[in-house]
Amino acid sequence: MECAFAITGKDFVLIASDMSAGRSIIQMKSNENKITPVGPNLAMACGGEPGDTSRFADYVDRNLRLYHIRNNFPLPPPSAASWVRRILAESIRSRSPYAVNVLLGGFDTTTSKPHLYWLDYLGTKADIPYAAQGVGMYVTLSTMDKWWYENIERREALDVLNKCVDEVKKRVTIKFDFNCVLIDKDGVHSLDLKSQDPIAELEAKVAAMKPSDPEPIIPSSDAPAIAAA
Amino acid sequence: MEYNGGSVVAMIGKDCVAIASDLRLGQQSVGVAMNFDKVFPVNDKLYYGLPGLATDVYTLREQLRFRVNMYRMKEEREITPKTFTHLVSSTLYEKRFGPYFIEPVVAGLPSPTELDPHPKPFISTMDTIGCITTPKDFAVAGTASNKLFGVAEGLWEPDLEPEDLFETISQTLLNAVDRDALSGWGAIVHVITHDKVITRQLRARMD
Repeated sequence: MECAFAITGKDFVLIASDMSAGRSIIQMKSNENKITPVGPNLAMACGGEPGDTSRFADYVDRNLRLYHIRNNFPLPPPSAASWVRRILAESIRSRSPYAVNVLLGGFDTTTSKPHLYWLDYLGTKADIPYAAQGVGMYVTLSTMDKWWYENIERREALDVLNKCVDEVKKRVTIKFDFNCVLIDKDGVHSLDLKSQDPIAELEAKVAAMKPSDPEPIIPSSDAPAIAAA
Repeated sequence: MEYNGGSVVAMIGKDCVAIASDLRLGQQSVGVAMNFDKVFPVNDKLYYGLPGLATDVYTLREQLRFRVNMYRMKEEREITPKTFTHLVSSTLYEKRFGPYFIEPVVAGLPSPTELDPHPKPFISTMDTIGCITTPKDFAVAGTASNKLFGVAEGLWEPDLEPEDLFETISQTLLNAVDRDALSGWGAIVHVITHDKVITRQLRARMD
């Protein structure tokens, strides 16, 4: 039982995912982070079979980093999505398939465009402006259909995202806690959905970091891009 | 097949062929994307459509692109619609006991050669394991195939000019997918003639 959704805007992608972990009706954890940064401007929300999700996220992360180290340039989101799709498509016809559904969001720094890909465990890929997966799909897709528009700004997109979270809380029997990341030209940032104005906090953080820290060429593996809540 | 939904239709006209598909990608009853084109070009006189399981649409398209590129490099010429049909067929039969869940439709205009200065327009379809059918009128595939058969049977007539063929194939597709829950959400039509390909997106029912 999981729930993830994502929204693209003018120059960013928002990804939100639930943080529950457990089996059947028992929840054993409510702060499991399911969104992995897999590049400087790329992140992935993984849902599905619990063991497979973390293994798959790790596999994707390490391979994309290897590409980055070899070529001194990260794989852009459309190519990364094609590669992830291929892994899933080859896996489904293998003896031990990954039962993983993915939302892959990224910001292409070469074209300055946000990208969002919806991938399922079969290797189906959809390139769409907003997406949902899991049980939340049935209620959040219609919410995003109603409120999303082309070139939506950050605050408005976050409002849509909060509407989706509220809708899930209202209509889905299972109680979920969500965490959220925003991906833009500066990288993958975690957002605190509970704070008053997460976008302002983020802007302050980015402004404070910029002059002193030039962007690292190779993403550091132990940089906690998303703090577990 | 019924997992993602989608339909493709191809029709023969007078010195032209048309191929069209809907744009829906679903996960059973939930619509996921409305930009999922199922028709791809091989060259400017040969197109093919791949309705069926979406993961196999991508996989088969990548495989066919590779094989057509290899053919082009080895033979130093463009592949003919008939040869391409057999290429698709053998690609499918390679997976005889674990097939791609795709029913391809091929539509193309063979270029005139010395042996055959006035070749006929060509369409063909296959089942999931590559058994070929080459109809003389129209070819249908996908979740709305039964409806497409009915409408196409009523609307198609021989020797349609490109614009009339466009109208016929568009009406056939739109009216068939409107009766199918798993197809629709937009449509795209390609009419292939000797000097150009006319590609148009249709405005369809989006519910």
